[in-house]
Amino acid sequence: MVLKAFFPTCCTSADSGLLVGRWVPEQSSAVVLAVVHFPFIPVQVKELLAQVQQASQVSVAVLGTWCHRRQETEESLGHFLEGLGALFSHEPWLQLCRERGSKSWSCKATRRQGPAPLAPVCEDQVMLVFYDQRKVLLSRLHPPAALPERQAGDATASAGGLAAVFDTVARSEVLFQSDRFDEGPVRLTHWQSEGVEASILVELAKRAAGPICLLLACLLSLISAASACRVLRPWPLSFIWSKLSTCEQLRHRLDQLTLVVSTHRAGGPTQLMRKANTLVSVLLDMALGLLLLSWLHRKDRFAQLAEALVPVADRVAEELQHLLQWLMGAPAGLKMNRALDQVLGRFFLYHIHLWISYIHLMSPFIEHILWHLGLSACLGLTVALSILSDIVSLLTFHIYCFYVYGARLYCLKIHGLSSLWRLFRGKKWNVLRQRVDSCSYDLDQLFIGTLLFTILIFLLPTTALYYLVFTLLRLLVVTVQGLVHLLVDLINSLPLYSLGLRLCRPYRLAAGVKFRVLEREAGRPLRLLMQINPLPFGHVVRIYRLPSCGCHPKHSWGSLCRKLFFGELIYPWRQRGDKQD
Amino acid sequence: MEDERSFSDICGGRLALHRRYYSPYCLEFCLSCPRISLRSLTAVTCTVWLAAYGLFTLCENSMILSAAIFITLLGLLGYLHFVKIDHETLLIIDSLGIQMTSSYASGKESTTFIEMGKVKDVIINEAIYMQKVIYYLCILLKDPVEPHGISQVVPIFQSAKPRLDCLIEVYRSCQEILAHQKATSASP
Repeated sequence: MVLKAFFPTCCTSADSGLLVGRWVPEQSSAVVLAVVHFPFIPVQVKELLAQVQQASQVSVAVLGTWCHRRQETEESLGHFLEGLGALFSHEPWLQLCRERGSKSWSCKATRRQGPAPLAPVCEDQVMLVFYDQRKVLLSRLHPPAALPERQAGDATASAGGLAAVFDTVARSEVLFQSDRFDEGPVRLTHWQSEGVEASILVELAKRAAGPICLLLACLLSLISAASACRVLRPWPLSFIWSKLSTCEQLRHRLDQLTLVVSTHRAGGPTQLMRKANTLVSVLLDMALGLLLLSWLHRKDRFAQLAEALVPVADRVAEELQHLLQWLMGAPAGLKMNRALDQVLGRFFLYHIHLWISYIHLMSPFIEHILWHLGLSACLGLTVALSILSDIVSLLTFHIYCFYVYGARLYCLKIHGLSSLWRLFRGKKWNVLRQRVDSCSYDLDQLFIGTLLFTILIFLLPTTALYYLVFTLLRLLVVTVQGLVHLLVDLINSLPLYSLGLRLCRPYRLAAGVKFRVLEREAGRPLRLLMQINPLPFGHVVRIYRLPSCGCHPKHSWGSLCRKLFFGELIYPWRQRGDKQD
Repeated sequence: MEDERSFSDICGGRLALHRRYYSPYCLEFCLSCPRISLRSLTAVTCTVWLAAYGLFTLCENSMILSAAIFITLLGLLGYLHFVKIDHETLLIIDSLGIQMTSSYASGKESTTFIEMGKVKDVIINEAIYMQKVIYYLCILLKDPVEPHGISQVVPIFQSAKPRLDCLIEVYRSCQEILAHQKATSASP
C-alpha cells in the first residue's frame, strides 16, 4: 500500500528536526503530531515520548526526520539527519524535506528488509496529506453507522480508517500542553507552540460554575421535595395535577434543570452536548417568556383580554344555542324524531344555561386570575403556552361534556342495535367462545327484540346527527390544542446549541472528511489537503434532539375512524395523565 | 495530465468528461452537465407573470405583481442553489478512498468521501425505468457483519446521467486502481 503521511499544516514552516507521531500499520499511515527541534538529547526525547504514551494511551514514537533547508546549501544537515535513523529506529523511517520558499516537497520512506542492520533497504511510495491540527483536535466525527459510544477509559486508540487520525490527535493533547516559551528540555512545534490557546471568559465561567451549580442544585432539590410532599398527595388534587399540561411541562423543565446543574461531570461528549442544548433551550424559553410578559404589560393588555374574554365566551354559548335550535328544527332538511329531538335539545340547552351563569359569576375575577397566570410567563414561553392550552380546555369544557354525552348515547345505541340485529337473524354472541352462534329464541323474546330493534333504528338518525355535530366541535378544539402542544414540543426538543455550533464552528461537528489535490510537480510526491466535511443541519437536529414529553397521537387514521364510527371516546394524547375527565 | 472528451447523457444533452491524471494511483473525473437554457428560463418566467397578470385583472391588487416578481427571483435563486448541478467530480485515491463532489450552479459544493476499506467494488448496473433501460455506475460497500455481503449501493453521477460509453471509460480506470489497491493490500 502507498504510505500516507498525515502532516499538520502548522509544521510546514518549522525548522528542521525529528518527526514525532503515531504509526498505524493496518492503514499504512503515519500521523505526525509534532516536530522536535535541535538541539536535543535523545534520552530526554525518549523520556518525553514515554510520558506522553503513558498519559494518553497512544503509542507515540519518532517516525523520521524533517528537513526545511535553503537551496542545497546545508548538505551536512542532510547527512546528520540520516545518521539519526540509527539512533531512533522505526520501521519505516520517514524522511520529509522541503526547500525554503518553494512548494516542492520530497519524501522518502525506507524499510529494512531483514533483522540485521546491514540488510538491504527498500523504498515505499509516499503520499502527503496535510491536515489542520486544531480543527481535527476539536472536531467530533459522526460516522454514518451507529458505532457504540466509546468509554472514557478505553485502552488503545481505534484503528478504523480516518477515525484513527482523529482519535490519535484528540488523545495526544498532553503533547500539545507545552509551548515554545516553556523552559523544557525538548523544543516542539505543534499547533499550540506559539502559545497555549485559552480564553479568560471560559476560565472564569468554569471557576464560577461550581458554586452556582451547587446553589441551583440545592434550590431545585428543595422545589422537587416541596412538590412531592404529602399535602399534594390526596386523590382529588393528584388527579387534577395529572390532568393539567402545565404541571407536565413544569415537571419536565424541573427534570431538565436538575440534569444541567448536577455536579457530576458529563459522561461523554454526547452528554455534554445534551446539557448545553438543554441550558440554551431553557434560557431562550425564559427570554421569550419575558418578552411576552413585557408585551402584555405594555398597553395594559390584561385588562383588554379580560374584557374580551367574557363576551367571547358568551358569543360561543350563543352560537351553540343557535346550533341546538337548528338541530331541534329540521336540520339540512332531514326529518328528526320530534320527541327525542326535543328531549336532547332541551337537555343540552340547560347545560349551556348553567355554563353561561358560571362564566358570569367568574367575570369580576378574570382579570386578576389572568394577571397572576401571566406572571408565570417568566418561567418560560412553553409554560405560558401550556397555560393557554389549559385555559382553552377549561373554556370548552361544555363542548367536551356534550361530546361525551353524545358519544355515550350513540355507543349504547350502536351496541344495542348490533346485538338486536343478531337476534333478528336468530344468532347470538357466545362470550365463552368469542364468536357468533345460532340460537333458538322463544316467540315473546323475538317479539320484544324486534320491537326494540325497530325503535332503536328509527331513532338512530337523530342520535347520530347530535353525535356527529358534537364530535366535529370536539375535534376542532382538539386540533387547536394539538397545534399549541406541537409548538411547545418544538421549543422543548430543538437542539439550539448544536445548531449554533454547526453555524459558527462547522468543523466541530464532522460528518466526514474531504480531500483536495494540491499542485502537482513531476517527480514529487502527491500532496492532498484534508478538510473537515461538516454535518448537514438535518442530521444535527436528528442526532442531538432533546427528549420531549412525547405527546404524539398513538392512533393511526384507520383506528381513529373505527373508534369514531362505533362511538368510542377518543383521547388524543394518551400518556401518563393528560386532559381527560 | 488532462484530457477532455464529449459524450451525451440519457436525454441527449451534451456532457463534457474531464479526466485528470495526478499520479498512477490518483485519478479525477469531472463531468459537466448542460447549462440552464435561456429558452426554459424565459418560458417559466413568462408563464408565472402571465398567471400573475391574470390574477391582477381579477383582483385589482397590485401586490400580486410584486409578489410574482419576488417569487420568480426567489425561485430562480433557490433552483440555482439547491437543484441545478453544474458539474460532478469523482476522485479516486488508491489506499485512501473515493470522493464524490456535486457542485451546484450557485457555487455550493456537497462532498461525500468513502474510505477504501469500505469499498467492495465499482460496477455498472442497469435499471429499468418505464420503457427505458438506464445504466448507472455505482459503488458497492462492504457489510461489516457479513464478509461477502453488500450493505449499501451508492450511485455516482446521478444528475449528469451519462450514457454507457462514458460510464465504460470511468469504469475501466476505476477497476485499474481498485485492482492495484487489492494487489498491494493483500501483500503486507
